[in-house]
Amino acid sequence: MAELITADFVDLDLSAGEREGVNRDLAQRLAGAGRVTDLEGFLADLREREAQMPTGIEGGIGIPHARSAHVTEPTLGFGRSTSGVDFGADDGPAHLIFLIAAPEGGGDEHLSVLGALARRLMHQSFRQSLLDAPDTEAVVRLVREEVLGQ
Amino acid sequence: MKFVAVTSCPTGIAHTYMAAEALQQAATSAGHEITVETQGSAGSAPLAAEDIAAADAVVFAADVDVRDRERFAGKPQVTAGVKTAINDAAALVEQAVTAAESGAAPAEATGEATGEPEPAAPAASDPESENKADGNAGAGTRLRQWLMTGVSYMIPFVAAGGILIAIAFLVGGAEIAAIVDGGDFRGVHYDGISDPADLLGEAGIAGVLFKVGSTAFDMLVPILSGFIAFGMADRPGLAPGIVGGLLASAIGAGFLGGLVSGLLAGFVVMGLKRIKVPRGVAGVMPVVVIPLVASFVIGFLMLVVVGEPIAAAQSGMTDWLAGLSGGTAWLLGGLLGLMMAFDTGGPVNKVAYTFGIAALASGDTVIMAAVMAAGMTPPLGLALATVVRGRLFTHAERDAGKAGWLLGLSFITEGAIPFAAADPLRVIPSLMAGSATTGALVVAFGATSPAPHGGIWVVGLVGSPLLYLVAVAAGMVVTCGCVVAAKSLLGRRERQARPDVAAEAPEDGLIGAQQG
Repeated sequence: MAELITADFVDLDLSAGEREGVNRDLAQRLAGAGRVTDLEGFLADLREREAQMPTGIEGGIGIPHARSAHVTEPTLGFGRSTSGVDFGADDGPAHLIFLIAAPEGGGDEHLSVLGALARRLMHQSFRQSLLDAPDTEAVVRLVREEVLGQ
Repeated sequence: MKFVAVTSCPTGIAHTYMAAEALQQAATSAGHEITVETQGSAGSAPLAAEDIAAADAVVFAADVDVRDRERFAGKPQVTAGVKTAINDAAALVEQAVTAAESGAAPAEATGEATGEPEPAAPAASDPESENKADGNAGAGTRLRQWLMTGVSYMIPFVAAGGILIAIAFLVGGAEIAAIVDGGDFRGVHYDGISDPADLLGEAGIAGVLFKVGSTAFDMLVPILSGFIAFGMADRPGLAPGIVGGLLASAIGAGFLGGLVSGLLAGFVVMGLKRIKVPRGVAGVMPVVVIPLVASFVIGFLMLVVVGEPIAAAQSGMTDWLAGLSGGTAWLLGGLLGLMMAFDTGGPVNKVAYTFGIAALASGDTVIMAAVMAAGMTPPLGLALATVVRGRLFTHAERDAGKAGWLLGLSFITEGAIPFAAADPLRVIPSLMAGSATTGALVVAFGATSPAPHGGIWVVGLVGSPLLYLVAVAAGMVVTCGCVVAAKSLLGRRERQARPDVAAEAPEDGLIGAQQG
């Protein structure tokens, strides 16, 4: 199975200041590596999910995500924003943004890595380490250690 | 308590699992057990029928319909949106406890199987009011959760160590403690066994049992302290908490010292985490810098600031007790009882016990009998309370109560620590009342004990054994009565003070949304 995340999918200094722009920036990185086949189609799927209920959660986290026919492999894009981006959480903007792309089909085992990732997000130590990560490689290493146990 | 939960969300790849993790964290840190079924797209092991049967309540954190809801028919239920579980799982767990205690099963849970998303809707549409409910729970609840985290990790050490020691007494007689650790027992002096390799040869299997048990007991305070700090500040809190706990033991500060060192370590680490540091340093903060700084700060405080006054207070109390020796004898017995129960293995307890040993050495076997009997009642009284009013105690505490019988009978006062550490203000005075009763009665009855430990297993050596046992039983009943009264009276007041959590919860659509 392909890597869940590589340094190319990480942006430690997001330039966009709103949800749509951040999603586009991160999705473009995924599209650049062939993980997303149709950028606009995937963004539409993200918007549709976001419209059901905002994906911001307390503690400065946004997790835009979708199961989409335009995704080839379960993939994580990660962005960090110093000023924060509103993802609809009650307690303010998100500083850590996890763009989770899941293929439409995909068996259980295929997607279990995303479940493990989501569980790790609830650990304050993991969030703090990501906030503290000095570079993109460190983020990739953290995710591999914490989520995949490698 | 035991809970089961089901989480589900529209996409089934993120919120489902985050809610499951949040519920597991919250339930564990509150001292409960929970099994979660994640009805997502990435694999979901269905709950085992035994787990559902054993559960005290069911939590649904779901934005889409829960599959096979009829499995939970008749169980008390709490229903909320998946985001509520992620943002505030602790409140949800607390509501599950309330639901389980009131035993409120929804009127017709089976009717929901056909796919009514309605029960989740009111909660999901109004997450704000739910969060505020917990905001009111405030510092007291958080403090209790931190203490319970430490206690829940400590209980296995109490049970394993205490029962091993009790078996050692049974197999090897009460002198096994003196044989292994050194000391006097009934006029015979033992040097103790310094090399563990000689243990089996010189002290037999009883010696090995005693050594293993007392080693587990050595970990009580460090584990309590370490996991209180862990509950407060996550992984970086663990090292300073454990180091602080070891030093609390070393300076003889007992479990109250461990509570202090754990809370201090947690606060120091929480404070250090707030400091903004340059990116380059940030990576090593949680692994190196925070544990290093916090361990030193806590260690310094324990050794220098806490240790000295404790030693001074101990010698002061010893002199004071010696001065009382000529006074009314049963009052002295009652006072020693108060001291034995105050900190259960801590400095005050140790002064009283040492006073008993000193009295024994000068031939006064009544004081020793009072001290030993007063040390037996705390675990016994609490064990009785968990049987009489089980619902006042957490699941973990009820388990600790089962071990409490054997520990109390064996004069292993540490069996009371899990209860006292989790709820010191209500438990410790109850323990003191019971032990004071026992201590005063033993002296009034004139019962004697030539053995410094062994509990019920040396009752054959005790003078006036029947009256001695009456005194123990009286203290046990007093402790049980006090602790039940304190917990139920104060507990009720707490609930009245927070009507939004308990009393009104059934109406705001969270607890048993289908009720009525």
